[in-house]
Amino acid sequence: MTEKKSRRRTFDLSRLTAVPYFVWMALFTIVPLALVVWYAFIDYPDTSFTISNFTGVVKYAKTFVKSINLSLISTVICLLIGFPMGFIMSRMSERGQRTMQLLIMLPMWMSFLLRTYAWMTLLENEGLINKFFSLFGIGPFTMINTRGAIVLGMVYNYLPFMILPLYSVMVKIDRSVIEAAQDLGADAFHVFSRVLLPLSVPGIVTGITMVFVPSVSTFIISRMLGGGSNLLIGDLIEQQFLGSVYNPGVGSAMSLLLMVMILLIMGIINHFDSDEMEGMLV
Amino acid sequence: MKKGKALSHVFTALVMLFLFAPILVLIVFSFNESKSRALFTGFTFRWYVELFRNETIMSALWGSVSMAVCASTVAAVVGTAAAVGIYKLRGKRVKSLIMNVTYLPILNPEIVTGISMMLLFVYIKNLTGLRLGFGTVLIAHVTFCLPYAILSVLPKLRQMDPSLYEAAQDLGCPPVKAFFKVVLPEIMPGVISGYLMSFTFSLDDFIITYFTSGSGFTSLPLVIYSMVRKKVNPQINALSAIIFVAVLLLLLISNLVQARREKAD
Repeated sequence: MTEKKSRRRTFDLSRLTAVPYFVWMALFTIVPLALVVWYAFIDYPDTSFTISNFTGVVKYAKTFVKSINLSLISTVICLLIGFPMGFIMSRMSERGQRTMQLLIMLPMWMSFLLRTYAWMTLLENEGLINKFFSLFGIGPFTMINTRGAIVLGMVYNYLPFMILPLYSVMVKIDRSVIEAAQDLGADAFHVFSRVLLPLSVPGIVTGITMVFVPSVSTFIISRMLGGGSNLLIGDLIEQQFLGSVYNPGVGSAMSLLLMVMILLIMGIINHFDSDEMEGMLV
Repeated sequence: MKKGKALSHVFTALVMLFLFAPILVLIVFSFNESKSRALFTGFTFRWYVELFRNETIMSALWGSVSMAVCASTVAAVVGTAAAVGIYKLRGKRVKSLIMNVTYLPILNPEIVTGISMMLLFVYIKNLTGLRLGFGTVLIAHVTFCLPYAILSVLPKLRQMDPSLYEAAQDLGCPPVKAFFKVVLPEIMPGVISGYLMSFTFSLDDFIITYFTSGSGFTSLPLVIYSMVRKKVNPQINALSAIIFVAVLLLLLISNLVQARREKAD
C-alpha cells in the first residue's frame, strides 16, 4: 500500500516534468513524419490525393535493389570481421579490453566525412595504392567510382558499430560456459554454433541494425566514392529535396518506402531477439 | 592453443591496420609540401597556418561548438525532466508507447529525420516567413539528442533507492527541493554521460544539419563537405590531423579518469 501513497504524493510533479518532452516529440518527431506521409500522397503543389508519387518511384526500382544489395554485402562483411574481433577483444585482459575499446572508438569519433575523404585520396587513379602497385609494374586499377569502393566505404565507416555491440555482449559470456562445452566434448565448430553464436544474438542484432540502416540510407559515401554513376536511395531522396528537381512528393514517397522497408527488416531481425536494445549504448 | 593466440594477434593487427592506415596517411600528407596525395615532396607546416587563417573554417568551427553547447544543454534539461516523468509513469501501455516514440529518432535513418524536419520548417516558413538557420538546426539537434539524454538517465533512476526521495519528503522537504537535493545527485552520472553523447553527436552531425540549415547556418561538417567535393585541399588533411589528436587526447583522459574511479571503488 505504500506504493499507492507515494503515487499520490508525486502525481502532479511527475505529470509536469515529462510534459515539455511529450510536446516536443509530438511537434518535432510525430508531426514531421506525418508530413512525410501527407506529401507522399498528395499531388504537390496541389493537395489532392494521388498515388502517382509511388508509381513515380517504380522507375527507380533498380536503385533500390542496388542500395539494399550493397548495404547487405557491407553488413555481412562487417559481421564476418566484427564477430571474431569482438570475441578476441572479449577474451583479453581488462587493460587490453580498455585499450581496444579506445582504439575502435577513435576513428568512430572522427567525422565520417573525413574518414570517407581518406579513402577517396587512397583509391584515386593517381592515389597511393595505385602508386604502390606501379612499383611492381602493375596497374593502375580503377578503384574509385566503383561499387566496390562504396562497399569499402560502408565497411570502413560502420565496422566499429558492429564490433562494439558484439564485444559488449560477448564480454558477459562466462569463460566457464565455453570451457564446460569443451569438457563435454564439443569441438571448436560446435562451441561456436551451439554456445557462442546463440549467446551473441543480441549483439548481432544491434550490430546489423547499426550497420545496415546508415548504409542503406547513405548519400555521402556513394557520392564521394561512387562518382555520379552509382546513385543510391539516399542520393535520390536528396535530389528530390535539394537537387535541381524539387519534387517533395516523390521524395516523400521514397522516404516512406525506405522507412517501411527498414522497419520490416528490423522486425524480421528482431524476431530472433526480444531484447533489441542490448548493447546499443556502449 | 598457442596457434590460436598467434592467429588472433595477426587478425587484431590487420583490423587495426585497416582502421588506422587511411587516417595515418591523411595525417602524413598534411605535412606534405606539394598538393600531391601520393608523393611526399618535403616537410611543411604551411597547411596548418592556412587552416587557422581560413575564416570560413574558423567561423564554422565556432558555429558547431556553440550549436553543440546549446543543443546538449537543452536536451539535458528537457531529457532529465522527461526521464523522471517517464520513470514515474505507471501505465505499461503508455510507457511502452512513449519509449517506442523515443527510439524513433535513433532507429529512423538520419536522412528521413532530416527531410521530415525540413518539410515542417519549410511548411512553417511558407506560412510565417520563418528563416531556416541556427534556430531550426537547434530544434533538429535537440530532437535527435533527447533520446540519448533520456536513455542514459533512466537506468540511473532505476538503480536509485526510491525510499531516499520519500524519506526526504517525510522529513518535510518539498518535492522540488527533494529532487535537487536527493534525486539529482544520484542520477548525475547519467545526466553527464547523456550530455557528452549529445555534445559529440551534435558536433559531428552532417546529414540532419544539411537538410535543416537552409543557408542561414554553417557548421564545420558542412564546410568540410563543400571542401572535399571541390579540389584537392591539404588544409583538410591538417584539420583531420588536429581532430584526430584532439579525440585521442579526450579518449585517453576519459579512460584515465574511469580507470582511477574504478580503482577507487
